[in-house]
Amino acid sequence: MDPLRTLWETFFDWESMREALPEMITVGLPNTLILAVTAALLGSALGIVLAVAGISRTRWLRWPARVYTDVFRGLPAAATILLIGVGLAPLGMQVWGPNPYPLGILALSLIASAYIGEIFRSGIQSVEATQLEAARALGFSWGEAMRRVVIPQGIRRILPAWVNQLIALIKDSSLVYFLGLLASQRELFRIGQDYAANTGNQSALLLAGLFYLALTVPLTHVVNWIDGRLRHGRPATGPADDDPDDLDLALPGAAGGNQR
Amino acid sequence: MSRSVSLSLRDVHLAFGRHQVLRGVDLDVAQGATACVIGPSGSGKSTLLRTVNRLLEPDRGDVLLDGRSVLRDDPDALRQRIGMVFQQFNLFPHMSVQRNITLALRRIRKLGEDEAAAIAREHLDRVGLAAKADARPAHLSGGQQQRVAIARALAMQPQVMLFDEATSALDPELVKGVLALIADLSAQGMTMVVVTHEMGFAREVADTVAFMDAGVVLEAGEPAAVFESARHPRLRRFLSQVL
Repeated sequence: MDPLRTLWETFFDWESMREALPEMITVGLPNTLILAVTAALLGSALGIVLAVAGISRTRWLRWPARVYTDVFRGLPAAATILLIGVGLAPLGMQVWGPNPYPLGILALSLIASAYIGEIFRSGIQSVEATQLEAARALGFSWGEAMRRVVIPQGIRRILPAWVNQLIALIKDSSLVYFLGLLASQRELFRIGQDYAANTGNQSALLLAGLFYLALTVPLTHVVNWIDGRLRHGRPATGPADDDPDDLDLALPGAAGGNQR
Repeated sequence: MSRSVSLSLRDVHLAFGRHQVLRGVDLDVAQGATACVIGPSGSGKSTLLRTVNRLLEPDRGDVLLDGRSVLRDDPDALRQRIGMVFQQFNLFPHMSVQRNITLALRRIRKLGEDEAAAIAREHLDRVGLAAKADARPAHLSGGQQQRVAIARALAMQPQVMLFDEATSALDPELVKGVLALIADLSAQGMTMVVVTHEMGFAREVADTVAFMDAGVVLEAGEPAAVFESARHPRLRRFLSQVL
């Protein structure tokens, strides 16, 4: 047999791909999105808390935030997911039964929050101190001035870095397979891997890879687009624009400041 | 305009670490009067201004509004009574001009959207920028930005206005318009402390001119007295360099 042909079929066997495709779409993709999006929301909310604690004038807030960040950034994601997913499993069993998702999402969120917290902190600290001073001179408390004036500006500046973290989360969500998934709980990677293991053909795994790329590559372009817009200003549509003034939309529960 | 108040500083001291910035400042501004604070860079003028609304807390001394110490008041509530305008304008760049003004009205004064917008438009009109309500600050000239900053402060109906070198960052041709606006306010009886390098403005508009050097007010009095018959040699030397 032609070795090149064998190699080709190992990765690009259309039949294997077609077989895996329905489950990829109906089971794997939704599950990957559930894991990544939920962890992104929780991780961002916790990241904001960490960022604000990290720049607090109180050392009893600053110090724990620092240690937390060092620990969860310093551990391998696989180790953290196993430690939390397996270590807390008996506890989780009593709360939500034998579902690995809550603990998997918790572990992913904790990891993400450590990175996102650092991103937010650098963004917030990049906002000129005079902005805080101006808001306080109007009569805003420190917390309100941060929430209404400083944090919305800081978040805008770090949007590209934040989207990069979402990309990392989409990829890291594959690690929850460590925790043992029921057939209906499998995400993209696990489904690809199962098919690959059953058939000895890697095509299904490659298909899973294509799904990941379909999610992550557009996001990297979103990053570049945001970056360009921040660098060169919004497209020339005239000075008037109707987008909301604080950034309440992108990070529910994070930037706070709902339009009440 | 809400009723303005008199302002007094008594023996105000403030140090940053071991660096004594204010070494016992006294200043009296009568109700509705304008005090201009002049002096070389680093003499503590801007620091002094920030002790009035307690952006900086004095180490010693007292700040009195209408004869009553404000040092035990809630600082946030105090700052709502005192408007401040900065050298670098410090508008919020992520908000439209109008929202720069309505933000505090809505979130602090708890006014409704329409009421806040009406007040914002009224004050923008007053500074001649009604047409710019929807613009972002970055699309305005420095002079326009500073006028918005003044409108933002006035919309809160302050009893005292503080100006921290409000025209120092402006191109020369834009200075006049902003100074005219500040002079108008002065004429309308707002109590004001104006830190400035514009000696012509100080001479014309101020009721009191205070000369600061090395953290103290070396000489204060009516503009004519300070500018024409300065007693202190340090002040005479300063004036000979800036006039």
